[in-house]
This record gives sequence, C-alpha cells and structure tokens, in this order.
Amino acid sequence: MLCDVCKCNDATVFLTQILEGKMQKVNLCDACSKEKGVQDPTGFALADLLLGIGAAEEIEKGAPTQKCPICGYTQADFKKTGRLGCSTCYGTFAEGLNTLLKAMHKGTEHVGKLPQRAYRAMELSDRMRNLTESLEKAVKEENYETAASLRDQIKQLETELASAP
Amino acid sequence: MKFSNVISTAGEWLRGEGPHHQIVISSRVRLARNLRNRAFPGWAKKAERTAILDMIKPRVEELAEMQDSFSEVLQELSALEKQVLVERHLISREHAAKSVGSAIVMNRKQTLSIMINEEDHLRMQSIRSGLQLKQAFKLVDKVDSALENKLEFAYDQRLGYLTACPTNVGTGMRASAMLHLPGLVLSELINQVIQAVSKIGLAVRGLYGEGTEAMGNLFQISNQTTLGEKEDEIISRLTKVIETIIEKEHDARQVLIQKKPNTLWDQIGRAYGVLTYAHAMSSKEALNLLSIIKLGVDLGAFPEDRRLPIDELFIDTQPAHLQKSSQQKLNAEERDHLRAQIVRERLKVFPKPDISKMAKESGNGSSPTNNE
Repeated sequence: MLCDVCKCNDATVFLTQILEGKMQKVNLCDACSKEKGVQDPTGFALADLLLGIGAAEEIEKGAPTQKCPICGYTQADFKKTGRLGCSTCYGTFAEGLNTLLKAMHKGTEHVGKLPQRAYRAMELSDRMRNLTESLEKAVKEENYETAASLRDQIKQLETELASAP
Repeated sequence: MKFSNVISTAGEWLRGEGPHHQIVISSRVRLARNLRNRAFPGWAKKAERTAILDMIKPRVEELAEMQDSFSEVLQELSALEKQVLVERHLISREHAAKSVGSAIVMNRKQTLSIMINEEDHLRMQSIRSGLQLKQAFKLVDKVDSALENKLEFAYDQRLGYLTACPTNVGTGMRASAMLHLPGLVLSELINQVIQAVSKIGLAVRGLYGEGTEAMGNLFQISNQTTLGEKEDEIISRLTKVIETIIEKEHDARQVLIQKKPNTLWDQIGRAYGVLTYAHAMSSKEALNLLSIIKLGVDLGAFPEDRRLPIDELFIDTQPAHLQKSSQQKLNAEERDHLRAQIVRERLKVFPKPDISKMAKESGNGSSPTNNE
C-alpha cells in the first residue's frame, strides 16, 4: 500500500479515526509520518492531518494559482501546513475552503458571539438602510417635510459611520 | 509577579474543590483570536510577529483581570520553566516551543492565561477546578469583550472569528474537561465511552493530547467543531455528556466493588506497596499508580484528608516540576530516583489502605443511576 501523502513509498503507519460515525483512514510512509508529526503524538491531531490533506486538494480545484494579496500565502503553503497565512486568506481561498469547512464543522455559518464593533457596524448599516427606504417613500409621496427631516438624520448617521473605528 | 512565585504557589485549579472534583480534575475554555489583516504567527516574519506582540501585550497587561500578573516574553524563560507551565496546562506544548515574538501573561490565581502569538495571535484560556465550563467561559468571554474594544479582531459576518487553522474558525472556542476515569478503565468500558463520545462530534485525548493510551487514567474531552453552533450550546452539550460519563464512572465503580472487590483491593494494595517502597519510578508509572491511590481515597480506603497530597503528587512528579524543585538538571535515571524518593517521603505518613471502610463508603459523590 502506498503512502497517501507522497504516493511513492510504502505506507508503514496506518491511522484510523471515527468522526461523527464516519471512519476515516490515512496511510503514511515513515518519512511522511515524521514530517506530519505522527511520530510526535503531542503536536499531532489526526483531524488536522486528514483535513489538511483534503483541504489542499479542495483548494487546488478552486484556485490553481491563487496567492493571498495581503500575506502572499499560496495553496502549496496551505497544503504543507494545514494552516492559513492571514485572515484575508479565507476570502482568497474561499472556493475550496467552503467545501472543507462544510465537512469539518457542524454548520457553515457562524451563529455565536459577535464582536461589539461588528455589531455596531451592523446596527448602523441597518439604520441607514431603513432611513434611505423611508426617504425614497417620502419623496415619492411628495411628503417634503418628512423627507427633509430624514435627509438630516441620514447626514448625521453618515458622520457617525465615518467616525466609527 | 516573578516566576519563582508562580512555581511556589499551586494554581487554584490544583487545590480547588469545584463540582464533581473527584472525577473532573479541571475545566478549561480557550478562545482563539487574531488581528485583522495581519499574518498569523506561523506565517509572519520575525519583525511582524514582534510588532504584533508589542501591540497586543500592553493591552492584555492592562486588563482588570491581569492586575499583579505574571507576564514574560518566551525567550526570557528557560526550557525547564516553559515545561513547568506546560505541566500545569498554563501554556500549550506548541507555545513552549516558541521564542522571540511570543509571550505569556497570566493572573496570580493561575485561572487565566493568555498566550500571545501561539498558533493564533491570541489564545485566551481560563482553567477551573472541577466541572465548571460555564464559569470558565464567562471569565474568558469577559476578557475577550474587553480586548475587542482595543484591538481589531479578524471577524467575518458569515464565518465568525477567523483563525490560522480552519478547524477553529467560527467561535474560536475549545472547551475541555480533564476526567479521571479509573473505574471505566479497570472494567474495560473506556473504549466504548471513547467511541460513543467520538460519534457525537467530541474529541477524547490523553493527558497532554497524546493518542488514546492515556496516562494515569486521565482523559480530556473537548468539542471538535467550532462553526455553526453557539458558544453556550457547545458548552451545555459538552457538560451534559461529561455528566453522563461521571454517572458511568460511578456505575463502573459500584460494579467493581460488588462484583470484583478482590481485584480492586489488589490494585489499591499493589499501588500502595510499590509507591511506598520503590526506589526508581518513571512518570508514567507514578501517574498510573497515583491514579489508583486517588481512586482509593474516593472509595474511602484512605482518609479524605489524604486527597490533597495525592493530587499534588500528580503534578510534582512530572519531569519539569521534579527538576525545578531539585534546582538542577537531571537525567532520566536521576529523575526516576528522585521521583520515587519524593513519593516515598510523602506516603510515609499515609495509613495503610482500609478495606472495611472502602466497602461501607462506596458510592461517593453523585447518585449513580443504572442506564444499561
């Protein structure tokens, strides 16, 4: 049996993990198991290894020559480490990552904590959308007094948005 | 606070008596956070890592929770000192391997430790005695909220908090509990439990994240996924599973007492004998035997006031703690001798195991129910 990573040496290390009822198997040769840290069980998580390998393949499909514009990370780097270069990489490699995240996690969207900063920004943009819609409506109905007041509110909100961090 | 002070005082979780503390040694919750548009520590060049550290460290030090904290850049700590922190679960093994550009800040009670530039820019961890995942999360969540006002974290509307490894994206949270399960191991039910737990998306690991062969009958149970589930949902799901395992452990102990009292008595007697008379002992052997003595305390074979000295030995016999206490670097053979010596001395004042009390005081802790 050949090693799943280098695909040239005979596999000598066989790993099995049961995840959510599904069995996953990886066969590695001596050299690759060492490189992946299998020999040093302390720094090793089978899931990372498995998903790292799968992830790299997914990304290759999605973006053959992509490089992150912020940090310069490439798919090859990801294949090697199973880690990303910076937060922007999530956008850069989005196509391949999405399939990977779907397989890895319970859901595909974050439903937990929101940072206050993001929450405030969301609130402001919601308010802005409401005001703009009301303004359009007021203008259409030729309700100019309301429209003027709405325009003032929008202006104020714009200054708030500009000063927000 | 100086490093010597860290060494001399045990963390709260080591002495503490949280809920279910006989079986749940500790509860930990960690959050991973990163700065927006900055290379993650594993990819950042040394200069950028140092710049990120300089941005984050003062913000962490000024937290209300970090008054009178221990704060140090990693190149200032010796390999031995880092190992002491690993043995106390205050830093990860990965973090101990870091040097310039990384730091550790922790509070006096050692209930909160913040690693800067580990795999992520920030790894914030709270650790408590017993089953207290909710309380641990509360503290680390508060710290996170305080820091997000001063630092801009990488966050995506859809994916949540962005982390170096895609396995942590979303909440960036890993909640885990360290369980002592000698009853399930002795009655050979542990593999069933591990398999059942793995099936529902939770991970079981050994003392320091080793494979399934755990030392000292200690097992870490943690959430595997971080995306698509709220923090408090993850924590209550995990807590429920742990409560079930606690019940199973009590059941297993009951069955052992009723069906195999001689085996149990033999195990405890042998552990007592070897620990009291051995002159060389590896840390693995020490942990395995101490685990049986701890079970003996739980079952009443030793008086309750012997619990703390045994719990302390779990940590004090670890390689780095041993060398730190002897103030010199020791080779493996010297360590094994010193370890045996320390254990013998501490057990000198230990009474012999009392089998009559053991039979009477069985079923310590929560009321066992039979779900089989």
